[in-house]
Amino acid sequence: MYHMTSMTDPHQGQFRLSMLLYDSRYRSMTIQIIALIGFLILVFWLISNTAQNLADLGKQPSFGFMSEPAGYDINQRLLDYNSQDTHLRASLMGLLNTLLVAALGCIAATIIGVVMGVLRLSPNWIVSRLAAVYVEMFRNVPVLLWIVFTMAILIETLPAPSAFRKGEAAMKLWDTVAVTNRGVYIPEPLFSNSLGNIHLFGQSSLRFDVSLDLLAIAFVFFGGLFISRIIKRRADATQEATGDRPTTWYWRLGVVVIPTAVVLTLLGLHWGYPELKGFNFKGGTHMRNSLIALWLALSLYTGAFIAEIVRAGIMAVSKGQSEAAGALGLRSNRIMSLVILPQALRVIIPPLISNYLNLTKNSSLAIAVGYMDITGTLGGITMNQTGRELETVLLLMAVYLVISLTISGVMNWYNESVKLKER
Amino acid sequence: MSDMSYVRSEMLPERAPPASSVGVVGWMRQNLFSGIVNSILTIVSLILIYMVLAAILPWVFSPTWNGTSQNDCREIVGNGHHAACWGVINDRWQQLLFGFYPNGSEGGADQRWRPIVAFALLFVAVTPVLFNMISRRMNWVLLLAVLGLTGLYLGGAVGMIVGLVLLGAAGFVGFKALSTDKEARAAEIEAGAKRLPNPLIFSAIYPFIAPWLLWGGTIWLPIAAALGFVIGYFAFVFASRALGSLIGIIVAVVAAIIWWMVLTSVFANAVDSILPIGLEAVESRKFGGFMLSITIGVVAIACSLPIGIVLALGRQSDLMIVKALCVGFIEFIRGVPLITLLFVASTLLNIFMPPGTNFDIILRVLIMVTLFASAYMAEVIRGGLAALPRGQYEAADALGLDYWKAQRLIIMPQALKISIPGIVSTFIGVFKDTTLVSIIGLLDPLGLSNAIRADQAWNGLVWELYGFIALLFFVFCFSMSRYSMYLERRLHTGHR
Repeated sequence: MYHMTSMTDPHQGQFRLSMLLYDSRYRSMTIQIIALIGFLILVFWLISNTAQNLADLGKQPSFGFMSEPAGYDINQRLLDYNSQDTHLRASLMGLLNTLLVAALGCIAATIIGVVMGVLRLSPNWIVSRLAAVYVEMFRNVPVLLWIVFTMAILIETLPAPSAFRKGEAAMKLWDTVAVTNRGVYIPEPLFSNSLGNIHLFGQSSLRFDVSLDLLAIAFVFFGGLFISRIIKRRADATQEATGDRPTTWYWRLGVVVIPTAVVLTLLGLHWGYPELKGFNFKGGTHMRNSLIALWLALSLYTGAFIAEIVRAGIMAVSKGQSEAAGALGLRSNRIMSLVILPQALRVIIPPLISNYLNLTKNSSLAIAVGYMDITGTLGGITMNQTGRELETVLLLMAVYLVISLTISGVMNWYNESVKLKER
Repeated sequence: MSDMSYVRSEMLPERAPPASSVGVVGWMRQNLFSGIVNSILTIVSLILIYMVLAAILPWVFSPTWNGTSQNDCREIVGNGHHAACWGVINDRWQQLLFGFYPNGSEGGADQRWRPIVAFALLFVAVTPVLFNMISRRMNWVLLLAVLGLTGLYLGGAVGMIVGLVLLGAAGFVGFKALSTDKEARAAEIEAGAKRLPNPLIFSAIYPFIAPWLLWGGTIWLPIAAALGFVIGYFAFVFASRALGSLIGIIVAVVAAIIWWMVLTSVFANAVDSILPIGLEAVESRKFGGFMLSITIGVVAIACSLPIGIVLALGRQSDLMIVKALCVGFIEFIRGVPLITLLFVASTLLNIFMPPGTNFDIILRVLIMVTLFASAYMAEVIRGGLAALPRGQYEAADALGLDYWKAQRLIIMPQALKISIPGIVSTFIGVFKDTTLVSIIGLLDPLGLSNAIRADQAWNGLVWELYGFIALLFFVFCFSMSRYSMYLERRLHTGHR
């Protein structure tokens, strides 16, 4: 063997320039260096063009404009903001709005998609056809069209607030929710013995308040969940040791519900209902049409894709699996949770997350209905007002890139953790 | 003995199944009312369907096709009735299809046959790739028929004659193709009958014909652009013979680029001044409606295919720097929404170019959408490459093929075939995403609907326009997705 290699070894002669191309030891290095040089030349060419053009326009690239007053209003926002705040804070409001509609959309799309995916597999002919019609209708029409269409439905078909005054329209759900063509007003939780807020970051653009009430509720709730898990683990241990499982469900429910209810009562929880005052509703939480239209359209559109994924996932688990589990004597709910779901989820989750990613990216179409997400603030009004196209678009892309990479990082981590461990 | 037998000696005839389990009743019992839950679901669904149809159908069927304005429509249906005003579609459907493409109303000839012919030829050009059940001769029949009909439409003595000749040729070839079946044809070819040229030749020259038809101008420009490939090919042949294949490729690329950058327009102008043949030039800003959507979608997919192949190969390669560059590009493009890339097209692309360059917005959008599509295309093709069994790569190596020969002869033909459903899906996605250009002010169907709504006569009409646009998109995308599913089924049966 040794002799063989020594014979086929290339002779260690003097290095010649042509070896860079014709010697497989150096060729890949040569190609890579040429590619790198070409790439660097391209980048340098673009940058020098840009610098030249910007100099001609008299613009120096800088991000200083972000700390100037924005001067425009954002009607749907999660933190306090006024038009005297900086562009940075306006962009932050936009980012939070993007994340809000993305989170709401992902939740709703998952629910719709799972329900529709299961219905498509229903043995009932009409139901499965209806689900198929839903899927094809939403998958084959552009999402932007659905967004403006939903917005038009909300504006044109819902009653104006004045109709409530004349008695032509009434509030829904025992007079707690007002559905108008200016948006939906839902009750908001209020605390009469509020603990107050912690104000962070002073007066800077990143300032925000942390509600101590919410912190207390979250602490008690998650503490209860933790204790409930400990109880479950001890029940598991008892079952392993003795074969009998102690009945613990009331303990597990109680440690979560009772402390949370006590804290809510101590804080004095009550609901602030929307009321018709003057020409409009006051009180309650106002969800604007733009938010609702975007939310509905994105979740229905993405739900259609998720329905197909769920259907494919369930169909991917072969019938033999559930039959084998049945032969082992498992009950049907155990078959579902121990045999079918773990296998179906392995197929479902990766494309599901990439659909979440698509939904988040599609939320940038908010600009079509005037919902002030990050594209509407940073890439819309801020760009037009400051004339800083280069900086704003770069920032905008960076923000979306961070969101996308975070989501796909989570996806890769999940894929690694559920991958079949082959031995 | 016979009187002892109480066992039946012959089979009873089969009885008909009970009436409740066959026919309509049986089907309904099995599929609609097989249990309490199912029955409830069925009834709820029926009520739902009734409510939706009762709300929509009376609105849809309104006799307003000839209404000339919104008020006119209101008079036709009578006051108080809420019904569709289809007059707006009757009035504007041509605009929704063609945008402001010259229709002869501002003087000059009606040019809208050009996008129609380009679209029909597109269909002819992709059939040999996408539908392999259509025979070579039928493909030529299609091509000759489209060209012949174009000739007849254009009219004039020459057009008539050429059109009739082409249609006659189409009829002749078609008749022969239909009258001889596959085996007989194979025998003919075996006996030395001449085969028609491969229709892929037309697919190869279509990319030069289509822009000429759409944008017009001198015919010498697309011919000069096509000459670039010929020059590159000859440069490759001569240089690789003298200096080896790698240098040959480099020389070919450099020669072609020099031809395109420097000499193409000079050559085209020179020949055009001697022999002016051409169509009336149409500016990009007159493009609109579905024609714009289809143009953007088709150009982006066609151009992204080669870029996507290169990116996918780069991502799969062992060369670290090349791989890093490709992964960086793909992940960057896939990580940002298309709308930010369109912002780049509308505001930044001119800043990135050398001072003084100013190319029009549709070209800029085409560039950005192509980059966008190529990242997705790269992932689709990478999927195709990954689906190939390793044995194919190893077999190519064992035959002693170098990297490019192995890719060209063994890997790519199979990988691309597997990827066709994915490519069609990408095309559907890009086609739907072309509606986004309305946000940066181009007049795609959605952008046009805003313009139409601003008209006094059709002020504020929403449903009719959105419904029409949605219907057209649905027809396109649904048929393509069905095709892609059919293809997937067909590819599954064969062994790869």
